[in-house]
Amino acid sequence: MEQADTLAIRTSDDVVRVRQEVRARAIQIGLSLVDQTKLVTAASELARNTLDHAGGGQVFMQPVLEAGRRGLRLTFEDSGPGIPDIQLALKDGYTTGTGLGLGLSGSRRLCNEFSIESTVGVGTKITIARWK
Amino acid sequence: MERIPILKLGDALLVTIQVDMHDRLVTNLQEDLTEKIVAHNARGVLIDISALEIVDSFIGRMLDNIAAVSRILDARTVVVGMRPAVAITLVELGLTLAGVQTALNVERGMELIRRDSEQLLIADDAPAV
Repeated sequence: MEQADTLAIRTSDDVVRVRQEVRARAIQIGLSLVDQTKLVTAASELARNTLDHAGGGQVFMQPVLEAGRRGLRLTFEDSGPGIPDIQLALKDGYTTGTGLGLGLSGSRRLCNEFSIESTVGVGTKITIARWK
Repeated sequence: MERIPILKLGDALLVTIQVDMHDRLVTNLQEDLTEKIVAHNARGVLIDISALEIVDSFIGRMLDNIAAVSRILDARTVVVGMRPAVAITLVELGLTLAGVQTALNVERGMELIRRDSEQLLIADDAPAV
């Protein structure tokens, strides 16, 4: 399987880089234009969340092949404050910052797979995937 | 300082977004636009996003804010040139851009703004009741 890569998310410019790198890999595995757009948009939301809520973190990008299907899996990890109530955080319009509160709920809708692990005071790990 | 150019096009202002917007650029654009709306008596603002490969909630909020501020300054905002894949993604993301008008391209957007100004002129000419 192709090589996995990690990108640091520390500045607003890194969010731009995450978008570019995810786009390049999505094209490589042959995702359709709409699927590329959905995955890159979700990645942009989550990268910005990582920056805004945790002060930074990293994303791990892994092309995957499961049951004959190709896909791209992204894991966003941070050592930020964590999410006390995940159900609440997944609600449309819920925000602790100044955003629209669509980052988590919206990116969940844009992906085929979505999972969150979060421990208050330790950090958050969000995994998404989009399949061809 | 990095800035996005704003062109005057008849009664309207035209902004073409071609780069990945980051926070500072967004703030500059909002400030520049409000100043130019007043300076040029603009009736409308056209924002061309045909070069944008994605619109996330950060850009969505920027478009909404520009539209809200322009409205208070009596100018209408029309977002033009959205790519089909971006439109599909926006709806699924849950971003409806409720405060923003859209048109397929710059010509159609200009038409909307022109029609608006003409209606205002007609309303001004109508006898007071």
